[in-house]
Amino acid sequence: MKIEDFQPEFAALPGAAPVWHGALDPGRLRPLCQDVRSAGGRLVALWGSQGGGPSFALHVAVAVQQGLAVASLPLEREAPAFPDISDIFPAAGRMQRAVADLLGFQAAHAADRRPWLRHGHWPADRFPLSKEFDGTRAFPPEGDTYPFVAVEGEGVHEIPVGPVHAGTIEPGHFRFSVVGEKVLRLEQRLGYTHKGIEKLFEAMTVEQGARLAGRISGDSTVAYAWAYAMAAEGVSGSTPPPRALWLRALFLERERIMNHLGDLGALGNDAGLAFALAQFSRLKEDVLRTNQALFGHRYLMDAIVPGGVAHDVDFRGFSRIIEEITELEREVPRLKRIFEDHAGLQDRFLTTGRVKPDLAARLGLAGLAGRASGQSWDLRAQFPCAPYDGLEVRMATHRGGDVAARVTVRFEELTESMRLCRILLRKMPEGETSTPLNPMQPAGLGIGWVEGWRGEVLLALHTGEDGALRRVHPHDPSWHNWPVLEHAVIGNIVPDFPLINKSFNLSYSGHDL
Amino acid sequence: MNQTAGILFQLGQSLLLVAVAPLWLGWVNQWRAWLQNKRGAGLFQPYRGLAKLFNKEALLAHRASPLFRATPYILFGCMWLAAGIVPVLATSLPYSPAADVIALVGVFALARVFMALAAMDVGTAFGSLGARREMLIAFLAEPALLMVFFTASLISHSTALTTIVETLAHKQFALYPSMAFASVAFLMALLAENARLPVDNPATHLELTMIHEAMVLEYSARHLALIEWASSIKLLTYTVIGIALFLPFGIAQAGDWSALPVAVGALLAKLAVAGPGLALLETLSAKLRIFRAPEFLGTAFLLAVLGMLTHFLLET
Repeated sequence: MKIEDFQPEFAALPGAAPVWHGALDPGRLRPLCQDVRSAGGRLVALWGSQGGGPSFALHVAVAVQQGLAVASLPLEREAPAFPDISDIFPAAGRMQRAVADLLGFQAAHAADRRPWLRHGHWPADRFPLSKEFDGTRAFPPEGDTYPFVAVEGEGVHEIPVGPVHAGTIEPGHFRFSVVGEKVLRLEQRLGYTHKGIEKLFEAMTVEQGARLAGRISGDSTVAYAWAYAMAAEGVSGSTPPPRALWLRALFLERERIMNHLGDLGALGNDAGLAFALAQFSRLKEDVLRTNQALFGHRYLMDAIVPGGVAHDVDFRGFSRIIEEITELEREVPRLKRIFEDHAGLQDRFLTTGRVKPDLAARLGLAGLAGRASGQSWDLRAQFPCAPYDGLEVRMATHRGGDVAARVTVRFEELTESMRLCRILLRKMPEGETSTPLNPMQPAGLGIGWVEGWRGEVLLALHTGEDGALRRVHPHDPSWHNWPVLEHAVIGNIVPDFPLINKSFNLSYSGHDL
Repeated sequence: MNQTAGILFQLGQSLLLVAVAPLWLGWVNQWRAWLQNKRGAGLFQPYRGLAKLFNKEALLAHRASPLFRATPYILFGCMWLAAGIVPVLATSLPYSPAADVIALVGVFALARVFMALAAMDVGTAFGSLGARREMLIAFLAEPALLMVFFTASLISHSTALTTIVETLAHKQFALYPSMAFASVAFLMALLAENARLPVDNPATHLELTMIHEAMVLEYSARHLALIEWASSIKLLTYTVIGIALFLPFGIAQAGDWSALPVAVGALLAKLAVAGPGLALLETLSAKLRIFRAPEFLGTAFLLAVLGMLTHFLLET
């Protein structure tokens, strides 16, 4: 299906990403979603906003063959409600619950209406993202009772895990219903790191917002910062200089490299092979130190700013990165061989936490985990914006859908990222690294859409009549993959969950906002 | 006079084992670190860990019963007792006839039962999870261990450890094919019983994968220190049992005090080699899926039985 065929017509948004935007009557939402679904498209994000044109609006972003279509649905001021689409796109379920918590927009006739991000820290009839809500005010916490779905039967019992875990990781609650060691059902509860990021954006200037965007999820700071910059440049009609774009891609690939290195080591460690952790951590640490030396931050925070980048790379930095890649290209294949030859490790990886391609397609598994389950979506390959349009990114896909497939995809993407880094450095154009941003267009919408290491990061930026930030919605691929993790665990044994969870390695902070 | 010296020697030997057990664990851990290209925390790290725990305030769950409080002491006592009846340096142990190898397995079992009961006492999900898994591993490891001991007993016509070791070390020099099978079985049982890789991972922080660690999650301060100390004594005791059964050469004969310095030197040399050996095994293996553990221990049992059959076929 083509975006030109959409009724009413959608208009292309200015900016680097292929995005179309149009207003949609709420009654037309379900037919549109059904058309997209049957044409093989998918839901990317769903968020609400207040103020600007229509006072209340719901925004639904769907990806089709051509690019991204963002539909804005004007909602009534009194009792704003919209049609439930969680039966068409299961991933929408939790996003709809979050919209209900934050703005009070109800998905009519949705099966699951339990609160999601609201843990009793604000009253049920107050909505943090509404304009009347004072973000600085604290409410006395209400009792927090969350009705988990109970599984009944002979010998079934529950194991509650978290939100505080034994390791230094982010908080989330997992409720296992098990028989013996076998998992019958896993139910997650997230939202423990909800810190009002979207509300914070409202009071910020464009420059301040860029810093906040880089802090939404620390391991994806480059992806978020680029998405934010892309959205801001779209709204202001600015074009960053070519060298800045190439440097951004270099940062993004370095972020992918360091995360994949870290994950591969952690996956080995979770299977009891501490040797892998030691080796991969060493390689990752080298990358981080190079970042610190060349770009002033180990995880490249604030390296990307709206209008360009904050750091250039000189000849010394150039050769240091090349040396590092040469080293990695020697070490990683050796470690890969150890992984592949280790019978004990393969026994743990193979068939564990399997998400078959048809289930992945139905649930909308995204990003890296999606590519390990036959969902071939990679923005760098399918909707390449500069500089990826000239790089011919090779997408890594597998159909196994188990931990082993997610490990393999990581290895392949690691190799591909190293190749991309070499090309980026070799062919990097000369010139400026940043340009001042034009004034923001009033009542505009900008979309940033970037393939981070975990999956596609989307950032929607709405401006008010004065051109200031009115509503910024960052969207992490973890929204799509957390619910699939619940399915991936079914039928596995309890002690394999940490390994399965690590193979997805989803973000809590990016999801809870 | 000789009797008093014997008693003092047995007491001294058990105290020595208790005192150096953390050092031996430190040695193993140091090698684990080296084998992973890490620097390691040093040989004395386990002592520092224990000192830290002994200086902390002990916290107990509200509904903890006296059993929960008593278990660390029982555990420590059991391991001390076990360390006391194993011939480490000499085979002259006056109290050895009181406890033979079957009793030794029983002492380990007693400690395990209390540990499992204490784990379930507070009623947390992880405690019960760990206790359940521990029992799964134990009921498979114990028969293998007993079979190994029986093979040794058949060779020496006694179930007393001192007699067994005396026979193997001094009576007649012979190579026993049966003991080769038994030694592999014993090593596998040792790994399982001491919560080492590939059966359990002593270094993990993942609650859901733990076996032994899951049972001690609710313990703190001195209770935890005693449990950890007891674990290190257990590991050392198992190792010296293995050494006494399969590499007894150099151990001092009953009443022969002049052989003691040689015995000490021999033991130190054997332990020094056993440490890196254990560390190497653990570094090379990934953790088994928990339902592969029965296969692992089944193999151990099978090897032990094979050892016994070999004894009947070739050695009688």
